[in-house]
Amino acid sequence: MPENQNFNPEDGLPIRSNRAGKVSKYKIEHYVAPLDETPLQAVDSVKETGKPLSMWAEAWRSLRKQPLFIISTIMIIAVIVVAAFPQLFTSIDPAGNQACLLENSNEPARPGHIMGFNLQGCDIYARTIYGTRASLLVGVFTTLIVVLLGGAIGALAGYYGGWIDTILARLGDIFFALPLILGAIIVMQLPAFRENRSVWTVIVTLAIFGWPQLARITRGAVIEARNADFVKASRALGLSKFSALLKHVIPNSLAPIIVVATVNLGVYIVAEATLSFLGVGLPPDVMSWGNDISSARTQLRNNPTMLMWPALFLSVTVLSFIMLGDAVRDALDPKARKGA
Amino acid sequence: MLSFTLKRISQLFPVFIGATLLVYFLVFATPGDPIAALSGGKPMSDATKAALTAQYNLDKPFWVQYGLYLKNLVTLDLGTSFSGQEVKEMLARAFPVTARLAILALVIEAVFGIILGVIAGMRKGKLFDSTVLVASLLVIAVPTFVLGFLLQYVVGVKLEWAKPTVSGAATWGELILPALVLGLVSLAYVLRLTRTSVIENKTADYVRTATAKGLSRNRVVTVHILRNSLIPVVTYLGADLGALMGGAIVTEGIFNVPGVGHLLYQAIQKGETPTVVAVVGVLVIVFVLANLIVDMLYALLDPRIRYA
Repeated sequence: MPENQNFNPEDGLPIRSNRAGKVSKYKIEHYVAPLDETPLQAVDSVKETGKPLSMWAEAWRSLRKQPLFIISTIMIIAVIVVAAFPQLFTSIDPAGNQACLLENSNEPARPGHIMGFNLQGCDIYARTIYGTRASLLVGVFTTLIVVLLGGAIGALAGYYGGWIDTILARLGDIFFALPLILGAIIVMQLPAFRENRSVWTVIVTLAIFGWPQLARITRGAVIEARNADFVKASRALGLSKFSALLKHVIPNSLAPIIVVATVNLGVYIVAEATLSFLGVGLPPDVMSWGNDISSARTQLRNNPTMLMWPALFLSVTVLSFIMLGDAVRDALDPKARKGA
Repeated sequence: MLSFTLKRISQLFPVFIGATLLVYFLVFATPGDPIAALSGGKPMSDATKAALTAQYNLDKPFWVQYGLYLKNLVTLDLGTSFSGQEVKEMLARAFPVTARLAILALVIEAVFGIILGVIAGMRKGKLFDSTVLVASLLVIAVPTFVLGFLLQYVVGVKLEWAKPTVSGAATWGELILPALVLGLVSLAYVLRLTRTSVIENKTADYVRTATAKGLSRNRVVTVHILRNSLIPVVTYLGADLGALMGGAIVTEGIFNVPGVGHLLYQAIQKGETPTVVAVVGVLVIVFVLANLIVDMLYALLDPRIRYA
């Protein structure tokens, strides 16, 4: 017996299907609910009063539960606190008069000086703590300049297209042809930079060669967002082209920019250390991890702790920014989570 | 394909001219006296100074200088350094060393990066995968020069498995340790890229088909998964060749390798502008050509790019 046959509830016999021209003797009653009895809320569980979650709220929800995000955020906050208030973490002022005594040169660790002393007899722990500020300043401000400059250029190129895009893309290619470290060495050797070496010249130099990468990423994201229906709708409703860029296109292309900028913050800290190591970065009197690692080079065989501690602090900081970037990417782009 | 090639080559010229102009402008448009640097700060007679200025074309207007430089670069007439050596000869000695170093680094990062990446990707979430992922993050976070010091100290000085510095001949064997340091960061990136790509591809329909028709696991992994996962990896490796040339400055400094980076760094320290500009010009050519080759490879591997 075919499964889909219906039975008459009165006598249990199968009902023959209606063929054309033959009217069934059974009357079928349909129950139709009155329209006002099932309000929309009952079917659709979304509350009409609450606003739907934005992309950022959604991302924040999933971020809060991620151990990677929690760990990296705690580490980054710790680094920021150390950079802002180094005196909270050590009673020794490494720039003070009595900070470095040559009699302590290369002395091992002892109570009160948990990491020992460097060649000049300075406390390694205090120097490492005070060196946080310069390294973090370079990372944060280079990232800020790169995001503002690269982001603006990339957004204009991607949004307006045409000849602006061509010129800006070629300009970026020109900077791309010079690797970051190579270009930075040349710029730092210019008399104007060499004679005013400071945290700020390093920041400007790294930003000069860092913006093209961010411009490329912003350009791609803006091109994707510019063709979205909500942008077209806002234009059709009379929003000017530039306002649509500011109000709709840029907020919707921020995700990849934030991810890349976070990871790059770590990259710039490493680049500063590399330049200082090559002798063209921060001036020697600025306390920074790069300078300390660089001066540890000659003492590697006598006193490896001189290299170890600043290198460890630097690596942990960079690692936290990379991990934060990874976590944010996963939260903003659930598709990528499948792979990474 | 031909029109794509021609289009890409035509795009090279503005980049090349722009990049060399940028370097030349940076080095020459700012105040500073390279001739004074030549004498090491000692006083010099006006006649000597004038002769030297003329010899290095420093008396001519900027655009004429740049034009002469470009003409010399194209004809490979790179001039002489302040110490009277031919820049072309110095480069001819140093370039093969850096090329060996970069090729070794590229081979190391490709072989180990792809193998480890495939294994990690096939065993996603297992102990091996997590270990390799954490290790790759650490390698990315530790600056190259710190890694270089550590390896030089541990492998070269403590264990004495390799010589801590490289001799003037810079043979392949001596360059293995520096090449490992140079390629280690890129190795971590290649590994992560391969792993992601393998994880994406291993659930693809054609992989299931291959397994279903009874192919051995080895064949499925090497032929079906690996081949299809290599496109982004190849792109990265090609683009990395140029970056390796730049990164060589640090590595060559640590291990005392007599390569291009070493030459460039010394020229910068001495303020030898003509040498710097000539060497950077050659590096830019290498970098731009490497990018061109990558683009062509990519277009060959993925026809969608060719016709876009």
